[in-house]
Amino acid sequence: MAEIKVPVVRNILQANERLAAENRRRFDEEGIFVVNLMSSPGAGKTSLLEKTIDALAGLIGIAVIEGDLQSSYDAERIQKKGVQAVQINTDGGCHLDGNMIQIALDSLDLSGVDLLIIENVGNLVCPAEFNLGEHEKIMILSVAEGDDKPIKYPLMFQICSVLLVNKIDLLPYTDCDVSKIRERVGQLNARGKIFELSCRTGEGFAPWLSWIEEKVGEHRALRAGKHS
Amino acid sequence: MHELSIAQSLLEIIVDESRRNGLERINKVRLQIGKFAAVVPESLTFCFELVSRDTVASGALIEIETVGISARCEKCDFSFDVHDQVFRCPRCGEAALELLSGRELTVMSIEGETGEDDGGNQSPSCS
Repeated sequence: MAEIKVPVVRNILQANERLAAENRRRFDEEGIFVVNLMSSPGAGKTSLLEKTIDALAGLIGIAVIEGDLQSSYDAERIQKKGVQAVQINTDGGCHLDGNMIQIALDSLDLSGVDLLIIENVGNLVCPAEFNLGEHEKIMILSVAEGDDKPIKYPLMFQICSVLLVNKIDLLPYTDCDVSKIRERVGQLNARGKIFELSCRTGEGFAPWLSWIEEKVGEHRALRAGKHS
Repeated sequence: MHELSIAQSLLEIIVDESRRNGLERINKVRLQIGKFAAVVPESLTFCFELVSRDTVASGALIEIETVGISARCEKCDFSFDVHDQVFRCPRCGEAALELLSGRELTVMSIEGETGEDDGGNQSPSCS
């Protein structure tokens, strides 16, 4: 018997990274723009989807992957809007991973889909560590959660390219200062875009929708370029 | 509690490396974890104890080296340590940065026992 030391140097999440890269290749082949939508529970992820689908469903093909610990409640909400939605139940798992997305993709007909939105499990910590193959990570912070969240959950705010500050119709009833959110996110991630909106009233929705349409257009153009 | 899935992935790597290197028992695992990784070291150690029971790595000591956050400015090329979560070049103020370190979740090495006689042989993986 001999005691030996073996140098390894392997990323612990390499298996997930490989699956995420496979997903990404597939999305790019199909020319689908994919976003990983993250927030704490109750910030308004599903409401954002409903409102976005209402505005864009006639213009672009949309599909949704819903991640929750339990229930198919959210997928049913989305299906009522007439778009494809598949539910992943993580049975207590706190985040989605590349493998779950790969399995969910088998249940979706991607032909005619321009935009795939993956609604992650409500959580500001764990989903930040797991790539799914998405093009953009987007997060929602509702004003009721407070303007201190960027300080407390820096990784999530640092990695997201878009922050949606939701429920701005509630601002008069909270102590949340949106300028503080902007300042704190600016320290972490000055290149990130910030949209202030309300899923309930629709206020501030137009710039968000324009951004999505622009991104979908870019990916459509890539697909058209490939197939020409 | 994503530390549980990270611990499972860690165990898979250790089992794989043990097989490849003929290790029958793992005594120590060295990890690098970035300060900016959303991982609690104590939680990871605890989860690893659970998932490694009755495996080659049962009872192995997990040694964690924490790695600070550093970045390189994409405009002026200055490399610096990130303090107080300010991701901005201290020299020119640019926000476009490449993260150089801080998100590591890396297995650096494993130490353990081979089943064979020592016999003065060198381990093939230590070359």
